[in-house]
Amino acid sequence: MAVGFHTQRQNPIMGYEMHSGRGPQAPISEADALAGGVVVRRLDAWYGSFQALRGVDLLVAPNRITAVIGPSGCGKSTLIRCLNRMHEVVPRARVTGEVLLRGEDIYAPGVDAVVVRRRVGMVFQKPNPFPTMSVFDNVAAGLRLNGFMVRRGQTVETVEKSLRQAALWDEVKDKLSRPATELSGGQQQRLCIARALAVEPEVVLMDEPCSALDPVATLKIEELMRALAKEYTIVIVTHNMQQAARVSVHTAVMMMAEDRAGEMIEFGPTEEIFTKPRDKRTEDYITGRFG
Amino acid sequence: MSTVTYQRRRATNAFMLGLCAVSAFLAVGVLLLILGFVLAKGISSLNIDLFTKMPVPEGEPGGGVANSIVGSLITIGLAAVIGIPVGIGAGIFLSEYAGQRLGDVIRFTADVLTGVPSIVIGIFVYGLVVLRMGNFSALAAGIALAIIMLPIVARSSEEMLRLVPHSQREAALALGISRWRTILSVVIPVAQRGLVTGALLAIARAAGETAPLLFTALGNRFMSLSVTGGPIDALPLRIYRYATGPYSEQQQQAWAASFVLVLTVFIISLAARLLLRRR
Repeated sequence: MAVGFHTQRQNPIMGYEMHSGRGPQAPISEADALAGGVVVRRLDAWYGSFQALRGVDLLVAPNRITAVIGPSGCGKSTLIRCLNRMHEVVPRARVTGEVLLRGEDIYAPGVDAVVVRRRVGMVFQKPNPFPTMSVFDNVAAGLRLNGFMVRRGQTVETVEKSLRQAALWDEVKDKLSRPATELSGGQQQRLCIARALAVEPEVVLMDEPCSALDPVATLKIEELMRALAKEYTIVIVTHNMQQAARVSVHTAVMMMAEDRAGEMIEFGPTEEIFTKPRDKRTEDYITGRFG
Repeated sequence: MSTVTYQRRRATNAFMLGLCAVSAFLAVGVLLLILGFVLAKGISSLNIDLFTKMPVPEGEPGGGVANSIVGSLITIGLAAVIGIPVGIGAGIFLSEYAGQRLGDVIRFTADVLTGVPSIVIGIFVYGLVVLRMGNFSALAAGIALAIIMLPIVARSSEEMLRLVPHSQREAALALGISRWRTILSVVIPVAQRGLVTGALLAIARAAGETAPLLFTALGNRFMSLSVTGGPIDALPLRIYRYATGPYSEQQQQAWAASFVLVLTVFIISLAARLLLRRR
């Protein structure tokens, strides 16, 4: 479990490894989130008549990793899909409330979802490289298909840079023209990260990016996330509480009851959430007493 | 359970199974019978002249159906050029854009169109195109065949596009790629093989159609390469004329031409299946 960690300590009560190389554990400032991160205010989301989010408020600090944890079906994925307007891709899905990206509401009238998605990238649960494209073309897809008029040389540079950022370059530099589907699962997921980075987003959303990967590949992605946090604002949804404890600076806990889903019950610095949760349900969930 | 009941059930089961097997063999056997019968009847006229020579006057020996083959290629080519893009476009709309209700309406309409007797489509195009243009033409025939191909291409394209995982579309949309670009550059390449298969099956279907040609292509015993300039021949029409005529020489050629037609359709269908299975 401790591979690649510089410093760590065991929390005496919960038994979670807390990683102290994550940067300052300062409380979250709304001003910071407004200036360079994401502010979510009173967010409600529906699938048809089913309400999946209820009045969610969240502050995402710039250049930090924010984790969203909670049991299955509580609305974690819906929440981050609202941050890049992917929620509305589902038929009959709706959103109300505000999501401020660097202070601008991405749901304001006249804002184009396509433009929002270029600024807020996303990595999905299952690696989903484009199967008909090569490794190179996958990373270049965002540039080319967005109609950015880029020189060939510039595309080559961006692809290499993105693959290096995704810690994949050394493994694939000799097979850039091979089909992306020939890579291993972990490599495919890092390829998807590189693909998202190539369009130079401000925020990267990760929806359970390691749930389809083995532990070694998972650790690689986690190290990668910490490195990326220097340049990007990252929001990660995870089922894996150890993962949230290891990588994130801030943690949001979502919960559901029998007849209602999508409530955020607690939000704060990760260490506080895992060592002295304020809500009884958070404590039950992270100690494994829930469900 | 008594032994008698048990044995009766077993016997019934065996009997029913036998009936189903016979039915299945009949279905396959009919195609083989047709191929064999047509080949046996037409083999004496199945020679290179059939493909390269023009029809000769009634009662004279020799000659071929070169003009019909060329005419068929032209009319089916036109039908493909018109019907396949529109059909694939409709398939894209059904799979990517149409909501539940509108989609159901279009799907139902397409299914009804598939069932419309082809002679009715022929009369429709006669009224719409032939009368207005003032003459029969390859174009009118192409339009009639395109209408027959349209629902087949649309429904098969829709099915093939639906097989593309939703995660592929999401991956592209999340990169900030627009909807139409996602469909064009991500969804269609994945479904490509299936789309070609659907188009080939539609071509195979159109290739054998006779009724709509009666009112549109009319038939022509001379070579015509004109798209709009007047009647054009087609294999099914030539077969119809020769087979219903009194001259044994021509009847022979009708059998031979039938064999060519059935074999072509068979090969196109086979190619479509193989294409889908590969990889």
